[in-house]
Amino acid sequence: MTAARVARPARAFASSALRAQAVPTEKPVLEKTFKIYRWNPDEPDKKPTLQSYTIDLNQCGPMVLDALIKIKNEVDPTLTFRRSCREGICGSCAMNINGQNTLACLCRIDRDTKESKIYPLPHMYVVKDLVPDLTLFYKQYKSIEPYLKNDNPPADREFLQSPEDRRKLDGMYECILCACCSTSCPSYWWNQDEYLGPATLMAAYRWMADSRDAYKAQRKEKLQNEMSLYRCHTIFNCARTCPKGLNPAAAIAKIKLELAAE
Amino acid sequence: MMITRAVGLGVAVRRSALNPQAARALVFRNATPKRFIQIQSLSPSAEQQILNSQRLKRPSSPHFTIYQPQLTWIGSIANRVTGVGLSVLLYGYALAYLVAPGTFDSTHVIEFVAGLPDAVKYAGKAILAAPFAFHSWNGLRHLSWDMGKFLTLKGAYQSGYAVLGLTAATTVGLLMM
Repeated sequence: MTAARVARPARAFASSALRAQAVPTEKPVLEKTFKIYRWNPDEPDKKPTLQSYTIDLNQCGPMVLDALIKIKNEVDPTLTFRRSCREGICGSCAMNINGQNTLACLCRIDRDTKESKIYPLPHMYVVKDLVPDLTLFYKQYKSIEPYLKNDNPPADREFLQSPEDRRKLDGMYECILCACCSTSCPSYWWNQDEYLGPATLMAAYRWMADSRDAYKAQRKEKLQNEMSLYRCHTIFNCARTCPKGLNPAAAIAKIKLELAAE
Repeated sequence: MMITRAVGLGVAVRRSALNPQAARALVFRNATPKRFIQIQSLSPSAEQQILNSQRLKRPSSPHFTIYQPQLTWIGSIANRVTGVGLSVLLYGYALAYLVAPGTFDSTHVIEFVAGLPDAVKYAGKAILAAPFAFHSWNGLRHLSWDMGKFLTLKGAYQSGYAVLGLTAATTVGLLMM
């Protein structure tokens, strides 16, 4: 007890002295080049180009979004991209980084010195730089009526659902509609005017699988045609690229099974 | 520190910490941000016109040329290409037989192949056997998907590598025949 009382002031003294002498360590410069897709709607006749930006990774946060924000703040304020939550829940910063669709805020920067290429989501109309036009994507989502439809709600209380029925929605309700999966899908590249794409189809199955929804037959009927659903060839690019680790391919396969079993 | 650096205020804050006058300037600048751009308001129809003219000229972002090659979609394209190739061969041969049965009957084909050098024979067999093997095994993979099997990412990759392995083995087997 006595020993401890003696030791404590001594240690406090030592550490405060150390702090007074501490010199911030200078990190070495670690340069990395990002090649970023640029296109400006004010100069529509200029072809899209890749522009190189080199930054010091030791003066930058760990994620690709940090690098983009650093470039926009310190190098080129005209660089345009969408971002919001910076933690993978809003889905705004979806883009193609080193050949894979992902969220810039969830994608770590490779700390090697190889250059990193950043494109907008593939096969989408470009509004500017890394901003794709998602109008059609949202329209498709709207077309599957992504809300509970039931004409006979319980009179005096909320809908009840068994834990087993609730569990059927796990792995689907977490989708944030970032469009990474749909724009990674070759079928969606070639047929996006008619094929709904993995994100929308998984949302469709999310409502078909919901025990509280009463419009399952109508929802199925809407997909029973050549283009809406059956352009899916189980390629699995959607599951491979999903930044939330979901599996739209499996959901679509389950829709196909249910339609075939009718 | 991290945050100030991320939003690009680091320099200004550091300067203000040393110099009270600069600190006042910083507060002032934050309170009334200076605009360097002139903005003009437009009627909704004029805005729509600008949007429409932009939409007409929007480029489409690059797709398969920049997407990372992965077993998933490369395998799917291979399935399509081998399917088309094998169908063209089947229908082409059948139609050729219909048009000129004298030239394309079994006897003539056997005679023709027998006269080829060994290297050409093996190369030709490989070119026929590999797509046939791949398309057949991958077809079984698709049937199992349709039955609800291997529907995880891991399952898709494992079955994909299994198809590649089986294709190699089957091609060698067919070559030896």
